[in-house]
Amino acid sequence: MTAMREIRERAALQNGLVSAFMVVGLIVLLSGQISRRLTFGRVHGSAIAIVIGLVLAYWGGTRTGGHRGLADMSLFGGIGLMGGAMLRDFAIVATAFEVQVTEARQAGLIGVVSLLLGTLLPFVVGAAIAWSFGYSDAVSMTTIGAGAVTYIVGPVTGAAIGASPDVMALSIATGLVKAILVMVGTPMAARFLRLKTPRSAMVFGGLAGTVSGVSAGLAATDRKLVPYGALVATFHTGLGCLLGPSVLFFAVKAVVG
Amino acid sequence: MIIYGTALLALCHLLGIFLGDLLGQALGVKTNVGGVGIAMLLLITARIYMHRKGILPKLTELGVEYWGAMYIPVVVAMAAQQDMVSALRGGPVALLSALAAVAVCAVVISLINRAERPASGALAEPVRNDNPLLNETE
Repeated sequence: MTAMREIRERAALQNGLVSAFMVVGLIVLLSGQISRRLTFGRVHGSAIAIVIGLVLAYWGGTRTGGHRGLADMSLFGGIGLMGGAMLRDFAIVATAFEVQVTEARQAGLIGVVSLLLGTLLPFVVGAAIAWSFGYSDAVSMTTIGAGAVTYIVGPVTGAAIGASPDVMALSIATGLVKAILVMVGTPMAARFLRLKTPRSAMVFGGLAGTVSGVSAGLAATDRKLVPYGALVATFHTGLGCLLGPSVLFFAVKAVVG
Repeated sequence: MIIYGTALLALCHLLGIFLGDLLGQALGVKTNVGGVGIAMLLLITARIYMHRKGILPKLTELGVEYWGAMYIPVVVAMAAQQDMVSALRGGPVALLSALAAVAVCAVVISLINRAERPASGALAEPVRNDNPLLNETE
């Protein structure tokens, strides 16, 4: 029996990506059934699949103590490749093939405006809350505020302006919570957000930020809107890393001294 | 051949990332600036150009569309490797600033989208999507 198990585990280990295809296929199958049978189609299958993914990530994280969720368990290492930045971006770029150019062009300006708002607003909110919790120096406020933009902008900004490790960790945690909130909350709030047209998806992509949050949130809401939101959201991290350690840091310094 | 489509996608992806890195370098930022977005624009342009020239056969398109259709499964795999434990361990500061940031942005998104004129004439039709591999997700 143990020999059987060993052979089976070795097969999965040596074929990481292929195992990941199978695991994700099972998750999608299961969530499709849950969507149809338990919610009568009211909750999108992909929304359930993403939540199952997040729960598995939590399980993996507590089992291994690592930072990559399920991907840290050797048996599920292929998940790391399948859902990693390389294939994620490859699939996002592929969705551009579906973009209706006229619609995207019409929303170009409002996309840029929401991109700027999407950097500024979370930053101000994050920095203000950091201040109210006693992180009242400019470096900590900027780092935590930047974390509220995305979980990449946070540490990049923090490293550039010399934040302490615990503030960096807090900043990353802020960005992670934000991404997860956007992933799970978007399908629930879709009606309130008026998320229906390509233009509205571009506004969403700019303001909600975080590629992972936007891409999963839109996938769970309406797959057709994905390319429009992603097109704008992919500029989010770059813009945040540009403004965070420079303009925004100086502004905070000017305010709190 | 189907590989032509996938290779075109790969070319746009790499070129976009490269240009995004260059842009980041030029702006003095340590990260890639909009590489994926640039790649998307390149692919859109390539599609229109090749379509007009009549050098975009169905099979080539399928080489791209397969990856577009794999998007949701890839996102599920992405969700499965989020650092949930760190996120939940961030405590009240992380939780509150993230919640407040998301709430403020949601209100602004809602306001901007409410201002959108309800489907100006020709746009009244629902969003189209001609990826043949996606029909089942509807």
